[in-house]
Amino acid sequence: MVAMTQDAAAGQAPDPALVAAFDAAVAADERVEPRDWMPAEYRASLVRQMAQHAHSEIIGMQPEANWITRAPSLRRKAILMAKVQDEAGHGLYLYSAAETLGTSRDELLDKLHAGKQKYSSIFNYPTLTWADVGAIGWLVDGAAITNQVPLCRCSYGPYARAMVRICKEESFHQRQGYELLLALSQGTEAQHAMAQDAVDRWWWPSLMMFGPPDDESAHSAQSMAWRIKRHSNDELRQRFVDIAVPQAEALGLTLPDPDLKWNEERGHHDFGTIDWSEFWEVLKGNGPCNEQRIGQRRRAHEEGAWVRDAAAEYARKHGEAKA
Amino acid sequence: MTTTVDKAAALALGDDALVLAQRLGEWAGHAPVLEEEVALANIALDLLGQARVLLSLAGDEDELAFLREEREFRNLQLVEQANGDFAHTIARQLYFSVYQQLLYGELAAGDGPFAPLAAKAVKETAYHRDHAEQWTLRLGDGTDESRRRVQAGLAALWKFTGEMFRPVEGLDLDAEAMAALEARWLAAVTAVVEKAGLTLPEGPRTGAWTAGAGRQGLHTEPFGRMLAEMQHLHRSHPGASW
Repeated sequence: MVAMTQDAAAGQAPDPALVAAFDAAVAADERVEPRDWMPAEYRASLVRQMAQHAHSEIIGMQPEANWITRAPSLRRKAILMAKVQDEAGHGLYLYSAAETLGTSRDELLDKLHAGKQKYSSIFNYPTLTWADVGAIGWLVDGAAITNQVPLCRCSYGPYARAMVRICKEESFHQRQGYELLLALSQGTEAQHAMAQDAVDRWWWPSLMMFGPPDDESAHSAQSMAWRIKRHSNDELRQRFVDIAVPQAEALGLTLPDPDLKWNEERGHHDFGTIDWSEFWEVLKGNGPCNEQRIGQRRRAHEEGAWVRDAAAEYARKHGEAKA
Repeated sequence: MTTTVDKAAALALGDDALVLAQRLGEWAGHAPVLEEEVALANIALDLLGQARVLLSLAGDEDELAFLREEREFRNLQLVEQANGDFAHTIARQLYFSVYQQLLYGELAAGDGPFAPLAAKAVKETAYHRDHAEQWTLRLGDGTDESRRRVQAGLAALWKFTGEMFRPVEGLDLDAEAMAALEARWLAAVTAVVEKAGLTLPEGPRTGAWTAGAGRQGLHTEPFGRMLAEMQHLHRSHPGASW
C-alpha cells in the first residue's frame, strides 16, 4: 500500500495516484492499514460498521446478563458470566480498532447514547426464560458468526484481526448455547417446552440479523466493492438456514416455519417469507426493548460519570495515562 | 492438624465466595466503564470458581447453593451487603479481598486440607486486592465527589469487618492466629486508606448482631432477596438437570 499519514484535504479531489493505488491494493486482497491513504467514504463506512458492531457487543450484554443472577446451576452461571465478560472484551477490541481510524470510544458512545448510531436490532428482543440464553447462543451467535467469519478477511487490517479473535470466542459461545438447549430439550417436559418456546421466538429475528434483502440493502454494494463485505445478505442468510436446520433436528426441536423444506434442485433449504415490517418497526425504535436497552446503557454511563472523572483526575494529579 | 476437610469450614469459605460472586454478577451491564465490566466479571468468576471447589468439598455444589434456606448459609454478612454505588462496592472489595488474601495466605502456608485450594486462590485474591486498592486510591484522590462517596462506603461497611476475625469452625486458625491476621488486615487497610487521603472509619467493627452472626446463619435483610433471585429457577424445577 501507499503509505500516507493524511487524508486528502477537505474539498480537494484526492490524488488519482493514491486512489488507484488504494483500489489496486483492495482488489489484490491486500490489507489497508491505519496509516495508509484511504478514501474518506471508506473510512466513514468502516467507522459506521465497526461502531455498530462494538455497540452491539455492549448492548448485547444486557439480555444475557439478565439471567446471570438466576442461572439454574453454578456451572451455567460461570459459563454465562464468562460469556458476558467476553462480550465486554469484544466491545473493547472493536472500539480500539475504530480508534485506529481516528474516532475515540467516547465519541462513539456519545453517538450511541444520542441514538445517532445503531446496534443490532436483535438485542431489542427480551430474554423471557432461561432457555433464551441458549437460543441466543445457538441462533443469534450462530447468525453473527455466519456474518462475521468473512470479516476476518475484511480489507481493513485492524478490523480483520479483531474479528479473528472474536470469531473464535463466538464459536465457543455458540456451542455452549447449543449444549444448553440440548440439556433442556432432553430434560423434563417443562424444560423441553421452555426450549421450544425460546426457539419459536428467536428464529425469525435471527434470520433478520442478516439485514434486508439484497435489493433493499443500503450499504451492501459499495461495501462489497471495498471488500469490507464479501457475501450478500441473502447469501449469508441461506448459509445460516442450511446449517441450522440439521442442528434443530439434532436438538429435537422444531423451527417455526411451515414452509421450511429441502430443495433438491437448488441444493438449499427453502424457507418462508420474513416479516420485514417487524424488522423495520424494531429498527425504528418500536421493538419490545429498544427504550429499555438504550435506557440502561445511558443510565450506566451517566451514573458512572463520577467514576470516570475521578480516574481522569487521579491520572492528571499523578501524571499517568488516562485510566 | 486436620487431615480431612471440615465441611463447616468449606461451607463458610465457599459461601463467602459464592455470595460475593453473586453480588458482583449484578454489576454486569451496569459498570461505569467497559474495563470494569471485564474486571468485575473476572473477580466474580474467580470467586465462583473458588465457591464451586469449596462447596463440592462439603457436598453437592448445586444442592448447597440452590436448596439451602437463608439461615443455613455461613457467609460473612459483609459479602451479602448490596452493591450500592461503585465506591460502596470498592469498599466492600477492599475489606474482603485483603482479608481473603491474608486468610488464604495462612492456609496455603500450612499443611491442612485447604492448602492446595488456598495456594491457587491466593494468586487470584492478590489481583482482587490490587484492583480494590488501586480504585480506593483513585476514588480517594480523585474528585471531591469520589472522595465523599468512597469515604461513605468505607464507613457504611465498617461494622461488618469485625466478624471476619472470629475463628472459623474447622479451620486450623485459633483465636490467637485470627487476632494476628486482624492486626495485619488493619495495618494493610489503614495504609491504603491513608495513602488515598481518606480516614479510617471510627466506631466499633461489630454490632450486637454482626459479631460472628453470618457464620452462624444469621443474616441481614437484603440477603433473603438475593437468595430468592438466585434460587428461584432451580427450585421451580425440582430434580431437573441443567
